[in-house]
Amino acid sequence: MKVIIIGGGKVGYSLAEQLSREDNDVTIIDKDPDALRKANENLDVLCIRGNGVSTKVLYEAGIDEADVLIAATESDEMNMVCCLTGKKLGAAHTIARIRDPEYADELSLIKNELGLDMVINPERAAAREIARILRFPQAVNIEIFARGQVEMVEIRVTGNMPISGMKIRDISEIVSSSVLIGAVLRGNEAIIPKGDFQIEEGDIIYVVGQPSSVTRFCKKIGLYVQKIKNVMLIGGGRIAYYLAKFLEETGMRIKIIESDHDRCLALSELLPEALIIHGDGSDDTLLFSENLQEMGAFVSLTGHDEDNLMLALLAKQAGVPKVIAKISRNNYLNLIKSLGIDSIVNPGQITTNLILLFVRGLKNALGNPIKSLYRIVNNQAEALEFTINESAGFLGIPLKYLKMPKDVLVAVIVRKNEIIIPHGNDFIKKGDSIILIAKNRQVFDLNDIISVEGSVF
Amino acid sequence: MNIRMVLKSLGIVIMFEGLCMIPSLLVSMIYHEDDAVSFVISILITAAAGLLLYKIPIRNSKFYERDGYAVVALSWIAISLFGAFPFIISNTVPSFIDAFFETVSGFTTTGSTILKEIESLPRGILFWRSFTNWLGGMGVLVLTLAVLPSVSAGSLHIMKAEATGPSAEKLVPKLGQTAKILYTIYTVMTCIQIILLLISGMPLFDSIVHAFASAGTGGFSNRNSSVGAYGNVYAEIIITLFTIMFGVNFGLYYRLIRGDAKGIFKDEEFRFYMGTILASVVLITINLYRNGLYSFGQSLRHSSFQVGTIITTTGFSTADFNLWPSFSKIILVILMLFGACAGSTGGGIKCMRILLLIKTARREIAGIIHPRAVHTIKVSNRVIGEDTVKGTLIYFFIYIMVFVVSTLLVSLNGKDLVTSATSVIATISNIGPGLGGVGPASNFSDFSAFSKLIFCFDMIAGRLEFLPMLILFSPMSWKKGSI
Repeated sequence: MKVIIIGGGKVGYSLAEQLSREDNDVTIIDKDPDALRKANENLDVLCIRGNGVSTKVLYEAGIDEADVLIAATESDEMNMVCCLTGKKLGAAHTIARIRDPEYADELSLIKNELGLDMVINPERAAAREIARILRFPQAVNIEIFARGQVEMVEIRVTGNMPISGMKIRDISEIVSSSVLIGAVLRGNEAIIPKGDFQIEEGDIIYVVGQPSSVTRFCKKIGLYVQKIKNVMLIGGGRIAYYLAKFLEETGMRIKIIESDHDRCLALSELLPEALIIHGDGSDDTLLFSENLQEMGAFVSLTGHDEDNLMLALLAKQAGVPKVIAKISRNNYLNLIKSLGIDSIVNPGQITTNLILLFVRGLKNALGNPIKSLYRIVNNQAEALEFTINESAGFLGIPLKYLKMPKDVLVAVIVRKNEIIIPHGNDFIKKGDSIILIAKNRQVFDLNDIISVEGSVF
Repeated sequence: MNIRMVLKSLGIVIMFEGLCMIPSLLVSMIYHEDDAVSFVISILITAAAGLLLYKIPIRNSKFYERDGYAVVALSWIAISLFGAFPFIISNTVPSFIDAFFETVSGFTTTGSTILKEIESLPRGILFWRSFTNWLGGMGVLVLTLAVLPSVSAGSLHIMKAEATGPSAEKLVPKLGQTAKILYTIYTVMTCIQIILLLISGMPLFDSIVHAFASAGTGGFSNRNSSVGAYGNVYAEIIITLFTIMFGVNFGLYYRLIRGDAKGIFKDEEFRFYMGTILASVVLITINLYRNGLYSFGQSLRHSSFQVGTIITTTGFSTADFNLWPSFSKIILVILMLFGACAGSTGGGIKCMRILLLIKTARREIAGIIHPRAVHTIKVSNRVIGEDTVKGTLIYFFIYIMVFVVSTLLVSLNGKDLVTSATSVIATISNIGPGLGGVGPASNFSDFSAFSKLIFCFDMIAGRLEFLPMLILFSPMSWKKGSI
């Protein structure tokens, strides 16, 4: 697929990295030669220096043959104009990043008038992600598949959980058969477990199933689901605004600490339900006087990664059950994971993932069966959603007769609105969606990985 | 430097070279020559050596620009070493240094030879000689990239180092795809030339040899007196036109295929290249005619053939230009320095760089007259980045330095100034024949072994545009535990 990305910043770069690895023809347009040099040296993409609004530059990038145009420059207006021009010049699909809340209300109008196929607001997307995590506080991380019908929850196994020391096979018999353990992270190694794999204390398990089944599973293993009542947000930027909006709907009480007085006034106007505190969020006396210890959750959303991380650590030390930090750079992700902060949210990464999902969906329409792909378990494994068409060679054959490589697992079968956690006797039908968990594989065609054992025929 | 990774990549290239020897083996078998055995042995040795290197276990697969440069430089030395085996084993060129020289000259598309007698060589060997011209023209590693199924992004460094010109550009986003497009254009043009030469009345084998040599702008002929041996005007015209076409940036052909015919004539480098050719042909024709060497028609015929073959650094000959008047000879030497366009198969400094050098000089002068003026350097209405300009200046400096040092070392042979200087230019610019003792009627066999090694270095350095070879030979790259 031919993809043109305007803007080679963090989002543009990571999109290009992922898309070119998935064998798309990627062209990056940027004005900044340094950004282009980095992309040119590290990625197999074509770099064009110039303004993405200019028709000449767009033609040079092959806009008339492009399948997708992604505008991810700093400026909303520029992104809109790029997409408008691109669409007029023949790009099949356009995606624009538009982040100004002023446009948020007009979004559907803008989308229709400019012929945009997708509009993404990184702050809003990040806020939605944080809201989802806060609704399900025990899990370290949640991914959703199949339009929210399936969840994958990351759980750290502790010694007092009944599943500690159990084999996977026994878990499905004793605890619950409606969920599946799709992957296990032991130490730094990801494992796709089979029936005789034994869970140990300290493992991080990835539980896949319907949201209600997953919740029930969590209760059974002793992770009781407690609703968060109070949330403290540090930094009153756009994410805080959107997040407060989302959380208010669920009835949580919100306290925002913001250092800029004018911003405080604006927020108190916009968010009448929230308590807005004017003060320096990095001042620990202020935080404690604002009852940091009593909070059910703590989210640090300032503009500085370092502040966010330190504040999150402070909150963790003060005993806040759920602590989330926003960061904007991915460089030290492994280091940060070891700090013990419950969740890390990176708006750029979320934006990238959402655009990738959309682009893969388009590719699906072009004949490639992947519907979505998530990198899970520290990027060591992938969860892939496929739609099954008639070209699959394994329709209607029970799974136990199918041959699959060691590190691949069929985790879920979605049949219309029914969610099936597959066992040996289940089979795949045409029109199903399936979710595969695979380790370190470049999987693009199902028939490559699932094959029928000779004995069936 | 990631030595294991470099050696592993080297292994792939060497195995690939073994594969590239197979056509020569087939030719040898078709013509029932007795050199088939030497090809079988060479292929086995090459493939085994490549496989051995390829099997080196790697510890990390990080691949940086410096590694790319090292791979390119080492690959060129290695393919020249292994490519020399058929010559040595078949006993056509018994001396190792001579065989190495001949292979380097082939792969770098120089076309200088140490062979005094070419016509009696077996056809397999002759084919291999020309095939090295063809492979080296577009680049052996670029071919490897085109053929290998998966190309990592780091391979761009390899293409950058091997492709000619100040800034290598991809035609399409995927590097492997770019390499395929380049080689397709290259192969199709070569085939057309073979057919045209056949029509002109040249025998099949000779047509193939000369098409390979013009495509790679190499200049290896299977006749002692090169193209002049045929006395065939049509063949000369075909070869002239095709060498000039192979000296054009291949990116322009891609644009032509995409339907942008106007773009070619708007390209400043193309116009400069064509202008230089036209001016030189006119000047040399007049000069030859006025000196009474040839009739007007003959003057035009020889001057256009010689200008085409020299500016593209091919180095065929139809006449001994050593006997021409000085004015014509000096023009030819200037053309030797200029070379063909960037992104072509030709050698030399490249028209693009000459253009940039002229424009930079003009900017410096304008900068003195208007000290606060801001000038950007543009070619074909595109701004050229300051780092490219800097790179071009440095390239020019290195070119001169390598030329000076090599001439000094070669002068130890005691040859006259013209021979020493033009032999070095002919090898650095990958032309083939020079003037004086290395003119079109003579060859390089008289030089000492040491000088031949200097020439080999010059040829590879010139073909790779210096940086890869200098990086390879720089102690900085190899220091253990360097910081």
